[in-house]
Amino acid sequence: MIRLENINKSFRVARRQSGFGQAVKALVSRKTDTIHALQDVSFSIDRGEMVGYIGPNGAGKSTTIKVMCGILTPDSGICEIAGRVPWQSRIDHVREIGVVFGQRSQLWWDVPVCDSFDLIRDIYQVDERQYRKTLDELVALLELADILMTPTRSLSLGQRMRCEIAASLLHQPKILFLDEPTIGLDAVSKIAVRQFIRNLNTEHGTTVILTTHDMQDIEALTERILLIGKGRILLDGSLQELKKRASVRKKLTIEYIGKAPDISSGMQLIEQREGRIIIELNPDICSVSDAIARLAAESEIQDLSVSDISAEDMVAELYRSYQI
Amino acid sequence: MQKYLAIFQIRFVNSLQYRTAALAGIATQFAWGFMEILAFQAFYRVDPSSFPMTLSQTVSYIWMQQAFLALFMNWFFEPEIFNAVLSGSIAYELARPIDLYSRWFCQAAANRLAKAVLRCMPILLVAFLLPEPFRMSLPASLPQFLLFLIAVFLGLGVIVSFSMLVYVTTFYTLSPIGTRLIAAVLADFLAGAIIPLPFFPQPFRTIAEWLPFASMQNMPLRIYSGHIAGHDALTGILLQIVWLTILILAGRRLMSRALRHVVVQGG
Amino acid sequence: MRLYLKFFTMHLKSQMQYKTSFFLTAVSQFLVSFTALLGVWFMFLRFNEVNGFTFPQVLLCHAVVLLSFSLAECFGRGFDVFPQLIGNGMFDRVLVRPRSAVFQVLASQVEFSRIGRLLQALVVFIYAIPASGILWTWDRVVTLCLMIICGSFVFFFLFLVYAAISFFTIEGLEFMNILTDGGREFGRYPFAVYGKAVLGFLTYVIPLALFQYYPLLYLLGLETSRLYMLMPLLSLLFGIPAIAFWRFGLHRYRSTGS
Repeated sequence: MIRLENINKSFRVARRQSGFGQAVKALVSRKTDTIHALQDVSFSIDRGEMVGYIGPNGAGKSTTIKVMCGILTPDSGICEIAGRVPWQSRIDHVREIGVVFGQRSQLWWDVPVCDSFDLIRDIYQVDERQYRKTLDELVALLELADILMTPTRSLSLGQRMRCEIAASLLHQPKILFLDEPTIGLDAVSKIAVRQFIRNLNTEHGTTVILTTHDMQDIEALTERILLIGKGRILLDGSLQELKKRASVRKKLTIEYIGKAPDISSGMQLIEQREGRIIIELNPDICSVSDAIARLAAESEIQDLSVSDISAEDMVAELYRSYQI
Repeated sequence: MQKYLAIFQIRFVNSLQYRTAALAGIATQFAWGFMEILAFQAFYRVDPSSFPMTLSQTVSYIWMQQAFLALFMNWFFEPEIFNAVLSGSIAYELARPIDLYSRWFCQAAANRLAKAVLRCMPILLVAFLLPEPFRMSLPASLPQFLLFLIAVFLGLGVIVSFSMLVYVTTFYTLSPIGTRLIAAVLADFLAGAIIPLPFFPQPFRTIAEWLPFASMQNMPLRIYSGHIAGHDALTGILLQIVWLTILILAGRRLMSRALRHVVVQGG
Repeated sequence: MRLYLKFFTMHLKSQMQYKTSFFLTAVSQFLVSFTALLGVWFMFLRFNEVNGFTFPQVLLCHAVVLLSFSLAECFGRGFDVFPQLIGNGMFDRVLVRPRSAVFQVLASQVEFSRIGRLLQALVVFIYAIPASGILWTWDRVVTLCLMIICGSFVFFFLFLVYAAISFFTIEGLEFMNILTDGGREFGRYPFAVYGKAVLGFLTYVIPLALFQYYPLLYLLGLETSRLYMLMPLLSLLFGIPAIAFWRFGLHRYRSTGS
């Protein structure tokens, strides 16, 4: 369905110096830096897959998305989506995809949501009967019935995001790109949005590519994650596998009285406060029972809990280990 | 004083960053000035005796106007101040240990000055080197030039205090952008931005010359070109001082009322 | 076209939500060109003619330029505010929709408040058409219509060039004002007033004179060749480089993303 091979993309940006003297100097000459936004990015995604695309800010996530949407032409490499090269046959390509930019609206600010929808129908030339069917389904699933006649400006953020998603799906795209769809939403709206995306994937077999900083989105939605850092794909694997690898390691939270316990080999200190310490264990060196025994020998333990490492921690750790 | 200098410096450095913008602005103003002069020349050819200024005075007036465009244009507003008034966030500004009117006044003046300083040099330089009849002439004498400098600063003060008045007024109006535009358009016309005031027919000319708008670009540009000299120039400067005082007092008064309004409403 | 009408009604709906703002902006638009007109009038109170043109004849020029500019600005406003569209990333949305980019930008804005200028142009026409002393034969009526229609297109192409430049830089854009706003402001006099060099530039490079000065000569009976009547059509050729430049800019945007 989606195939990227050795995509490269670099930008030149002007360097801005600070200070008065530098500003005067910049009037005469200006230096530029080359940024390698994407380097040999390759992956392929099958029909009906849900993929989480993660990486820190500026890693190249949105550049990749732009390439896949046909907005940006890469310097070199192959990209084929549903048999087309996005930047060569833009108009045919974009008919098949839906895009949600979490931070930008495609709805008209001052008119009722349904008017925006009607206009989108005309832009995509969706057949009237099919449009009715899709709209009814979206209205039911995203619970839009009450807000369809409201102007966008009076919607809450959660309501607006639900409308944005609906707007991107009116033409029944085969592929959906979601760029931070849950940013700024409250817990209830987040859960509703996730639920809907999962449904869409199972019911319609829509391929979903999701970029987000919210690890709960990833955990709730995607089987597979792609990690990008400094323009390179660093990791491409299933979330479960990654978790298994990481969750062998345990997190130990200990509350104690008196002297703090010493850290011995196989243990790593995560956090320490008065009367409370969090330690991460590498079970190859030090098992959970060993650790408890050792710690209990040194200080008086009041309470103790053992947990797996969370997705959040795991990703933070991944970023750290790849130094991105 | 230190604070105000700092504000000016930040603005100046800021505007320096936009090199291409400055160059484009200079080129635009230069071309604009040329076209204006060509149009006036066409009228001059028709009947030189009907010309209320000499041609060279008119040319100087136009070059100076283009060179100091950023200083004297009424439609040039401070978005920051405007937004603060619009969104009602001026209430927060009260918390700062600096007099709000002075700060904004200073910021607006600094912005205009920074833009103008950067842009005027190349325009003036070229305008002095152009062949006749496009060449800009030097001021008649040193005292005349000093009077011009005083008039420039007073003119800047008048225009900034007028725009302050407009900002604060927008606080009470339904459509701030519309009000602002209308004020700017009328003020520009009466200040002599479209055609210099001497070209106005009577009695419009006399009326316009007594209005505060005549204290904006009209006074310094005509003093420079030598159209107003000696005793008249001093009277003109006195009139500028009077208007400046009135506008500042009115602006301060209106602003403190607006602020009270905000505080009472709880922002 | 049907889709454009859809967009059009949406804009109308949106803007009618802010009636006061709309009204005051329209008034200020009116005032901007009214003070310009006042300037012209003041000059003619002092001088009876310029380059052999009388006040009503100059007004005819003024009205043609004003009307074409307002039409171009009213419908082509999307290109006028295009730098913002790029700046806030909304242009990316345009590119993920299955319609041509030019169409979508065109449809993205309709500025109804320009009706202020439009009205003024009409009022001036009502005064100047009889007062100019022109005998209105059918070919002269056609000429006047051509002047207005082709003028709107030329100004529209200028906005297109303006938008295309913003693919490269948004800093140097101010220079385009001399051609767009300048064209409007200085177009209040027949372009020959500004001398041979300017007239040449506005004939061969930026063809503003082709829909203003030359057909005016035909209207006034100063030139009788039909060529002068059809000059405005020639000005449409400006569209070729303008559209080519837009395409070039778009191509670059899609390869740099900035």
